Amino acid sequence: MVGVMLLLSLLLFVWLRSLPGGPASAICGDRCNPAKLAQIKKTLGLDDPVIVQYLNFLKRAVTGDFGVSTGVQPGRSSMEIFVERLPATIELGVLAMIIAVAAGIPLGYLAARRRGGILDGLTLTSSLLGVAIPVFFTAFVLKYFFAVDWHLFPISGRQGDIEATRVTNFFVLDGLLTREWDAAWDALRHLILPAVTLATIPFSFVFRITRAAVLDVLDEDYVRTAEAKGLSSKVITRRHVLRNAMLPVVTIIGLQMGALLGGAILTETVFGFPGLGDALARAFTGRDYSMLQLLILMAAATYVVVNLLVDITYAYIDPRVRTR
Amino acid sequence: MTATTTRTSRDARTSREPLLQVRDLSVTFRRSGEEPFHAVSGVSFDVQPGQTVGLVGESGCGKSVTSLAIMGLLPKRGNTVTGEAVFEGTDLLKLSPKQMRDRRGRDVAMIFQDPLSSLNPVVPIGRQVTEVMERHQGLSRKEAEPKARELLDKVGIPDPSRRLKEYPHQLSGGMRQRALIAMALACAPRLLIADEPTTALDVTIQAQILTLLKDLVQDSDTALIMITHDLGVVAGLCDEVNVLYGGRIVERADRHDLFARPRHPYTHGLLASIPRLDSARGERLNPVPGSVADNLPWDHACAFAPRCSNAVEACRTTQPELERIEGGVETPRLLRCHNPISEEA
Ligand SMILES: Nc1ncnc2c1ncn2[C@@H]1O[C@H](COP(=O)(O)OP(=O)(O)O)[C@@H](O)[C@H]1O
Ligand code: SF4
Ligand SMILES: [Mg+2]
Repeated sequence: MVGVMLLLSLLLFVWLRSLPGGPASAICGDRCNPAKLAQIKKTLGLDDPVIVQYLNFLKRAVTGDFGVSTGVQPGRSSMEIFVERLPATIELGVLAMIIAVAAGIPLGYLAARRRGGILDGLTLTSSLLGVAIPVFFTAFVLKYFFAVDWHLFPISGRQGDIEATRVTNFFVLDGLLTREWDAAWDALRHLILPAVTLATIPFSFVFRITRAAVLDVLDEDYVRTAEAKGLSSKVITRRHVLRNAMLPVVTIIGLQMGALLGGAILTETVFGFPGLGDALARAFTGRDYSMLQLLILMAAATYVVVNLLVDITYAYIDPRVRTR
Repeated sequence: MTATTTRTSRDARTSREPLLQVRDLSVTFRRSGEEPFHAVSGVSFDVQPGQTVGLVGESGCGKSVTSLAIMGLLPKRGNTVTGEAVFEGTDLLKLSPKQMRDRRGRDVAMIFQDPLSSLNPVVPIGRQVTEVMERHQGLSRKEAEPKARELLDKVGIPDPSRRLKEYPHQLSGGMRQRALIAMALACAPRLLIADEPTTALDVTIQAQILTLLKDLVQDSDTALIMITHDLGVVAGLCDEVNVLYGGRIVERADRHDLFARPRHPYTHGLLASIPRLDSARGERLNPVPGSVADNLPWDHACAFAPRCSNAVEACRTTQPELERIEGGVETPRLLRCHNPISEEA
């Protein structure tokens, strides 16, 4: 795992250095002259050979120092920006995943139970639209109607003009912890549109995988055994159908956590939501090496951790994995 | 067809009140764009309390469909079931799904062919045993657990306390089938349907499971419908045997009569196919030539005619009726054939 991360960081480093432009010219700005550019490059250490730059980067990276941001919030430590924005994206991602799972699993189950019915057709179509329609389009439409036109939700940001005490930087959680209910509610209202937007991607996967898995499981002999025992439909559904159907669903939820970060870039940009997706978009346009390096490595680390969680959950549900 | 079954039912009526009376049971599958398929037609038989009745025939002859129809376990759509299955005075086929759910596992239980796929892989064995008792006997999980242990012990699973906590993949094939038998007998049903319970098992294990089933139904006075393609299984177990071909009963007799004097050419072929101890190992015996794919429609012929060595002119023009024939010590003998094998053969 450490090896993978090291290799990734090296590739990332070399790739970023090979891009045209770069942080020096970005900082230098419009009225740039070669002397000034050279000066900036020197302070940033960009004149050294790439391998030296990389080793320096590694040395600092292991202590959590990824350098100074040059594009997102020039002058601030990248790590600081990361830590500040991480809770925003986690809040957004978790809520999106909760929406996707809370809607996808029951609907997937019902669609399978009434295969070919109206519900099945409707949800299948909408879940296909969920994949086919680009996220930013969904984002714009939701924002236009629900926020701009109907004023049901705030247009952008994480929190409105409201007194709020910061504890964890998870705004909803902060509101709950400090009993500032209005602040929690306000933060939640800011989250809803971006979260619904973001949820459309994992929803369509969770829905379709659940539907397919339930259809498979309903044909299994052990479901017939459960029916032959005269068990109640509730027990059959929960213990015999869903528990088995959840195995592939857990995997897809894990995989979709990765896709969520990709979706967050567009969603956060459209909703002016100051999270990591927004930071990543800005870091790209601003050629902010240190920020980009940090964000991409963290994304990779997240991926590894999520995979581990999937394996653990899998073993929890499936005894065959546990005792292998 | 109707004439046959009325006659059958009158013949089969005995002094005792039967536990189960299957009357003129027919199952037709319908798929859009396909001809309706009559998987089971006009099947009638009785099961007395504590009696073991065999349903025998090649794969595809309608044995499983018959049993699933009685249990109300056929797919919800795509089929029509007609006839009656009167269990202790109630026609099971007329019960609502909810009423049938109350009876399944309590009054009538069933075990299936493949013990591994018939058990839920992610639920401990113990839970799969206790859940039946929780459902039908109103026991809590705690109360049901000691009973589950006793049950596993009764079906010959060693170290039941440990096995209760284990999962199906941790048990051997024979142990799994024993566990399924324990689940089926958990609520002391009066009728057990066993659909090829030994087909998926090793030969040595097969014998053990059959002995176990025999002992259990005898001790508890449970009636058993034994479904198998193997007449050898029937030999040691069944009181009365129904031979099915193409969804219809073609011969019924007391086990001894059937083995001593098979009258139907198909039964005769099946008997000849029982592997003998002196036959070479792995030798495939297939004395009934051809396959069910050759079947003629029953309407105007005997479905078995293309494969029958005794076939006569009438076999391809007229449907043979299921009729009472001479003989039969305890059970009246029934036969559906234009040109039966002579008694002395
Ligand atoms: N759900 C179903 N839909 C359509 N045909 C079926 C279905 N179940 C069984 N059949 C057909 O009914 C016939 C009898 O099947 P079955 O009772 O399973 O045979 P067996 O005697 O081997 O148990 C077979 O030809 C089978 O293809
Ligand atoms: S009716 Fe004819 S074809 Fe059918 S089993 Fe009897 S002899 Fe053979
Ligand atoms: Mg079968």
